[in-house]
Amino acid sequence: MAMVEVSGLRAGYGAHVVLALDRFNVEAGQHTLVLGPSGCGKTTLLNVISGIALTISGDILVDGQRVDKMRPSRRDQFRGRHIGFVLQRLHLVSALSVFDNLALAQRLAGFPVDAARIESVLSQLGIADKKHTSPGKLSQGEAQRVAIARAVINRPALILADEPTAALDDDNCDAAIELLFTQAREHGATLLVATHDRRIRPRFSQVLELQKMSAA
Amino acid sequence: MNAMHIAFPLALAYLRDRLLATCLNILLLALGIATIVSLLLTLSQAEQRMDRDAAGIDLVVGAKGSPLQLILSSVFQVDIPTGNIPLVEARRIAGDAMVRKSVPLALGDSYGTFRIVGTTPDYLSLYAAEIHSGRVWSRPMEVIVGAEVAARKGLQLGQRIAGNHGLTETGAAHTDKPFEVVGILKPTGAVIDRLVLTAVDSVWAVHTHQPVDQGDVLPDDEKELTALLIQYATPLAAASFPRRVNAISGLQAASPAMEIARLFSLLGFGIGALKLFAGIMMVCAGLGIFIGLSNALDDRRADLALLRLLGASRTTVFLTILVQGFALGMAGVILGLALGHAGTEWMAQVLPQVRGLGFTGWTWISQEGMVAGGALLLALLAGCVPALRAYRDTGNANAIPELLGQR
Repeated sequence: MAMVEVSGLRAGYGAHVVLALDRFNVEAGQHTLVLGPSGCGKTTLLNVISGIALTISGDILVDGQRVDKMRPSRRDQFRGRHIGFVLQRLHLVSALSVFDNLALAQRLAGFPVDAARIESVLSQLGIADKKHTSPGKLSQGEAQRVAIARAVINRPALILADEPTAALDDDNCDAAIELLFTQAREHGATLLVATHDRRIRPRFSQVLELQKMSAA
Repeated sequence: MNAMHIAFPLALAYLRDRLLATCLNILLLALGIATIVSLLLTLSQAEQRMDRDAAGIDLVVGAKGSPLQLILSSVFQVDIPTGNIPLVEARRIAGDAMVRKSVPLALGDSYGTFRIVGTTPDYLSLYAAEIHSGRVWSRPMEVIVGAEVAARKGLQLGQRIAGNHGLTETGAAHTDKPFEVVGILKPTGAVIDRLVLTAVDSVWAVHTHQPVDQGDVLPDDEKELTALLIQYATPLAAASFPRRVNAISGLQAASPAMEIARLFSLLGFGIGALKLFAGIMMVCAGLGIFIGLSNALDDRRADLALLRLLGASRTTVFLTILVQGFALGMAGVILGLALGHAGTEWMAQVLPQVRGLGFTGWTWISQEGMVAGGALLLALLAGCVPALRAYRDTGNANAIPELLGQR
């Protein structure tokens, strides 16, 4: 079954098309890499899949549902419940503790706060002791683990990761990607990673290579 | 409802995160509210107090001078008297057909900070004052004391007290001619609570240099009173009676109602300026909230985009900001009301100028509701602008990636 189905896609800002994609499918469990230089539209691809950017034309299905056709509020909720995000800049809410960051993700998805779930995800990632810490006091590695914890907390079917390894050295890069794979397997999610980082290419069975579109 | 469920704790977390700015916002608003509230409390109690003290007194007759001073000294017992009037004149006025009741006052001495007033038992009936224990004076040098005098000085029946000359605490004491406390009054909430009352004869006796028991101390034509409090027999008297009194040399008539009105119109400018000042403080507080929330919004644009990414509706984002304004307003109102009431109570207890006027901070007036409502509205308004900006900024197509710094 297809987790993501993209067809006839054109996306960009206003009339300026930065991404054109005739057909792109990701099967459930088929972790996929979107590879290309900056400006090739890989972030845009993730954004239209998650519904935070609009398409110019084309169809987007996630888990069998047309995210591009949903009402905005429905789309917000769908995104919160079915898609987890790992962003290049981690964007943890600094005013909240690690625990509350995860609780916030549960609430925003419309779920009740499940403390046991938060504890178990944090201990899987080896940061259970950081529960009450403020994100500003975490090391880079710990912060990344919290970001991954937040991505999987609602058991999403799809995890979108934007440049998760770009800022990391080789060792940390391996560790981060290992963590993503482990967590995706653990929670039954499909990974879709966008990056220009060729180091992680061998780990993926499906790779979509995008080129920067010519000015035409 | 779910949006509020998310926005409320998040708003509180954001406020806690910038604690210093939050506290300053709250404090500034609270100070503005406290200023207005204590002003309103004091004014309303002063007005109430004056109305009660002047109730039943249509006219005051005293020596020529400032009519306001005459009213202040003889009705409210705060200023020094304008002078004295001859007893014979006072008797003529009291006997006029237009006068139903006249109460003589002889001032000049005090007991500590409390005035000793020579008068007749009619003065008690002006304030419907009742005896708590003991009896009314029957001879010179017997006094009854107001409830507050008794409480503050711990006076008992039969106790002897010495007056001091003048209306301040520092006058020379008349220790050679002590008064005997024969009665204590029940509290009335009026000026009489703070007075020591005695026969007019007692005052005359204290101010001559003869022993008290030698009968009449002065010939009648040398005796003087400070003022006469008058109740008209008919409302028509107001038209002609004061004019007739004023025609008598050395005498003037003043109406408490008119002088109170004049006093408040004189104070009006000062009161208005204070209200304006407090109002400006509140508006500044509102601006402070607006600036604080706007700055915080600039710092947290990525956070708000993240909320949207994680599934928050635009309404949730809007409420997250608006609730911060509301919470600041609410905290400011609560703290401001507490400060205003506690401050008024403190002033009433501690400041010598108002101590003894029986003011209290532990009372509520309806205008406070308007002040509180106005402050809340101001805070909501101050929160509304950045909230709307956040609503707009996170709503445009492609805005979220931009706020997340993806391009």
